[in-house]
Amino acid sequence: MFGLDKKDSTLLLIVAVLTMFAPFILNPFPEGSAMAQFNAGYPDLMQRFVIFGIFAIGFNILFGLTGYLSFGHAAFLGVGSYAAVWMFKLLSMNIIPAIILAVVVSGLFALLIGFISLRRSGIYFSILTLAFAQMMFALAYSVLTPITNGETGLQLSLNDPRIFGQSATADGSIPVTSLFGLEMRHTVQWDLGAWLFQFNVGYYFCAIIMLIAFFISIRIFRSPFGLMLRAVKSNQQRVNYTGLNARPYTLAAFVISGMYAGLAGGLLASMDPLAGAERMQWTASGEVVLMTILGGAGTLIGPVLGAGFIKYFENIFSKINDNVLHGWFSFLPDGLEDAIVFLLHPFIGKGWHLTLGILFMLVVIFLPGGLVEGGQRIAKLFRKDKAKNTAKSTTEPAE
Amino acid sequence: MDAIFLQILNGLDKGSAYALIALGLTLIFGTLGVVNFAHGAIFMLGSFCAVTLNKLLTLSFEVVDATQTDFLGNPLKVKTPYVQAWFGDDFGAALIDWSVPLAILFAIPVMIGIGFIMERGLIKHFYKRPHADQILVTFGLAIVLQELIKYFFGANPIPTPAPDAFKGSFDFGAMLGRDAGTIIYPYWRLVYFGFAAVIIGAVFAFLQFTTFGMVVRAGMADRETVGLLGINIDKRFTIMFGIAAAVAGLAGVMYGPINSPNYHMGMDFLVLSFVVVVVGGMGSLPGAVLAGFLLGILESFASMTQVIDLIPGINQIIIYVVAIIILLTRPRGLMGRKGVMED
Repeated sequence: MFGLDKKDSTLLLIVAVLTMFAPFILNPFPEGSAMAQFNAGYPDLMQRFVIFGIFAIGFNILFGLTGYLSFGHAAFLGVGSYAAVWMFKLLSMNIIPAIILAVVVSGLFALLIGFISLRRSGIYFSILTLAFAQMMFALAYSVLTPITNGETGLQLSLNDPRIFGQSATADGSIPVTSLFGLEMRHTVQWDLGAWLFQFNVGYYFCAIIMLIAFFISIRIFRSPFGLMLRAVKSNQQRVNYTGLNARPYTLAAFVISGMYAGLAGGLLASMDPLAGAERMQWTASGEVVLMTILGGAGTLIGPVLGAGFIKYFENIFSKINDNVLHGWFSFLPDGLEDAIVFLLHPFIGKGWHLTLGILFMLVVIFLPGGLVEGGQRIAKLFRKDKAKNTAKSTTEPAE
Repeated sequence: MDAIFLQILNGLDKGSAYALIALGLTLIFGTLGVVNFAHGAIFMLGSFCAVTLNKLLTLSFEVVDATQTDFLGNPLKVKTPYVQAWFGDDFGAALIDWSVPLAILFAIPVMIGIGFIMERGLIKHFYKRPHADQILVTFGLAIVLQELIKYFFGANPIPTPAPDAFKGSFDFGAMLGRDAGTIIYPYWRLVYFGFAAVIIGAVFAFLQFTTFGMVVRAGMADRETVGLLGINIDKRFTIMFGIAAAVAGLAGVMYGPINSPNYHMGMDFLVLSFVVVVVGGMGSLPGAVLAGFLLGILESFASMTQVIDLIPGINQIIIYVVAIIILLTRPRGLMGRKGVMED
């Protein structure tokens, strides 16, 4: 199918089915039941799943294939967001031109930064990308305030020209983002017994874009170009000695992954038209690294899994508070219950970042291959036939 | 001329902090070959050593004093710190006043201990792993340490004042025979610079003039050969990790009065310190110190109004710009050693 072999087609089909039926799959518990807080099937969160999935897929094309660890990838996401919001301000509320501009602008930035950074490899490359990202973050916060609106973040206003659209709707409010009139925030709700399912236009738009992005990433992985990138990862020196110049290939990978990040940024702005400098901070870059590692760098499905995993638990952990914990452990004797709640308290609610940091360390220490490797290990336990053991790729920096 | 002199002075204190953190980073990199992203967090922990000591010293009990009343007419509650009750008013108050310098004594064992635990417990297992893994695991550790501090001390900066004796400013203008008040500089920043100079001198002297230091330098040059000579180089490197942690911790302790400690100060300094290490040259101790002061002074020059008028925003990005130029023109950094982290 579409030039993919059987295994990859199956993978793409599974992902397609999962994303298309996500409103059902992510809402397994009836509305109003005690378990309803574990539901994730509402538009805002589902949009974040697929958008950060795109971001992580793009990052994986660089890190997973070439081994170059960029610590400044969030900068491209931020640039994409700014570009998209400017399109909404100047042109119209249609998301197509906004997303196209976001991808183009972030691609140009990636070309410039990649051209300079890729002269060095290993840790130097990480620090160069980090320096560029911090530089862009600092500029967005201070000097470029006319373009970025500084700390407040770039927002739409009633005075924007919007030459192909309208500055304000008939009732005097800011128009919403749409795809040729189809509003992104439009949600169809379906009550089915105790269950409530929500189908959001914005989510489905993002999901289709993600499937396309995923498909392109599979094609890149299986192409001669992808093979070349893997060669760079496993031994760049040997590639050079064979008479091949690795830099055009790595630069192409860098630009592609920067464009993916810009696409994710443009989509974020399309779903919620504002852009802030904090999206470019290096902790945001760290997060996408974490998503990719957690899922499994260098694997196809890993980054999507990692992004979904992190965004889901970020949401759940932030919602849990002491009362919920008391509810769960109420079957225990009082003293024990209080002790457990006290122990868990730092990790929930606002403590999500602490949990994330610990998770990060545990994954890097015990499961460098991420969730995919974990899955493979478990599968191997159940499978007697070890001949099928597929070769998995490991993460090594280019040196 | 005055302005130039003032900017050099201004650059010194930030430069001192950069130099101290970068020195520790380079020590760890040069000895253990580990890229430690948690070093900024160690700096922050040091700062919070001072905060903790201050809190401990000001632990108070309350006495209701019937003779005094507050503005509502209720009897006034008088807080007396325990140390004042135990050691007498004057000495107790002096202890509290000098809590930041005293925290140095408190921080050295604590930071060395933290360094040991970090190295033995975590970093040891990452020698053979790729640099990317080292970066990632220490990055995770930095997040954890930062969030723990945030959980215990809150998100707001905690003021840690310098002793009264060092409040106020020194008038360089009067000393140099210029108009009084043109070049004034806070005493504490002078203290910080002097302190940094002493620490840097001590580390270099330790490495240069002791047998232990000689072995460590030999190990940095060729670890394998030193190991073959029957010297337990791992043990010495662990101790160096503890020392590096102590250096960063002390930099943090003394930085408290300049900038109130908050939980993310480590991250803010870390990125810059890494840039400093790279500019100085990976694994080169003098390079780290030189680059630290150089970048600190450059940054303060870029903050001058005349410069900002010329190139807006240059003060925010000057360090990164310099780093990018240096990395592209002198890939090994200013004083990098040959063969360390080369492609």
